[in-house]
Amino acid sequence: MSKVKMSKKATSIDMTAMCDVAFLLLTFFILTATAKQPEPLPVDTPASTVQTKLPDTDLSTITIGNKGTVFMGIKGPDVRKRTLELMSEKTGINFSEEEKTKFGLLDEFGVNISQLKALLAMKNEQRNQAGMQKGIPHDSLDNQLKDWVKLARTANAELHEKQLNFAIKGDAKEEYLNIKKVMDILQDQGVNKFFLVTGLRNEDF
Amino acid sequence: MAELNTGGGDEKGKKVRSKKQNSKVDLTAMVDLAFLLITFFMLTTSLSKPQSMDLSMPDTKSDVELKIADARTLTILIGENNKIKTYMGQFAVPIEAPSETTFGKDGVRKKILEKVKSVPIFMQDPKKGLIVIIKATKKANYKNIVDILDEMAICKVPTYAIVKIEKAEEELLKN
Repeated sequence: MSKVKMSKKATSIDMTAMCDVAFLLLTFFILTATAKQPEPLPVDTPASTVQTKLPDTDLSTITIGNKGTVFMGIKGPDVRKRTLELMSEKTGINFSEEEKTKFGLLDEFGVNISQLKALLAMKNEQRNQAGMQKGIPHDSLDNQLKDWVKLARTANAELHEKQLNFAIKGDAKEEYLNIKKVMDILQDQGVNKFFLVTGLRNEDF
Repeated sequence: MAELNTGGGDEKGKKVRSKKQNSKVDLTAMVDLAFLLITFFMLTTSLSKPQSMDLSMPDTKSDVELKIADARTLTILIGENNKIKTYMGQFAVPIEAPSETTFGKDGVRKKILEKVKSVPIFMQDPKKGLIVIIKATKKANYKNIVDILDEMAICKVPTYAIVKIEKAEEELLKN
């Protein structure tokens, strides 16, 4: 009896096509990438079915999380810089040109203005450590958030000749009272329309 | 030119055959690297912009009082621990007494959808649709507020507003 010979299978596969696809995807991702910025105050936003997107410019995001801690971010380095200049005029705290440029690169911050100098002197990783930034004071005794909001609007109007929009990014577990406080500050200045940042879900819940 | 001739050099007279080179390159390592980079870029990019929801609050500075028929207003009360109650009309003289319901499609959405349909018929004017008033206590969860605002979008409620809660309504939510 003759033995049935097993045909030897080639052990190497042609990788060319796979390689092509992989590099195509790689190119795509590199070109579309905008690196994710680490957030100093991570929040878990509630979900909604609404599919409107946030605008890219003329926007200020107020983040509320961790039991009423408030952080503020403004889009556009030029607006940020101008806001800081206006703020330093108001409070009398002087910032050097270098510090202003650094502030222009800061996406989000949440400190008392008196500690802002120290914050700007820190390295990026240090700044984003949890608990490093305690939030912007916004109670009736010391309402710095109100000033920031007002001056950011002034700065944006000066530079872009457009209204600054406000987005509220609240943590899902936050109490309504804390959100309401921020809304009241905005409404006091006649900002009655704002965006609520949400995640996405389908209607079936 | 710069080829290395392998094989014995002592076979004189024979034609020097260049050795057939293997035309296949092993791409495995390259693919590995490419996929590693893809994974890295996929994880670090934020491809989609965050979703957002428009919210217009009633102007706090104007004192204009609008006169609306009681039959058009549905009030939703939101309390702590996901408590939710609804009633029609005014609190003192409700057209439909306050009743407890739940979040989601089987609870409050059914109610709103029903009212969205029935109110214009009742008012005998398609322009006079439902008006939803949302009232939340201080302790209410932010997620619940967004949930209700979301219901407004899903049910296509023509008019809605977030209004400050009254004392009596807070009491009602407690029990």
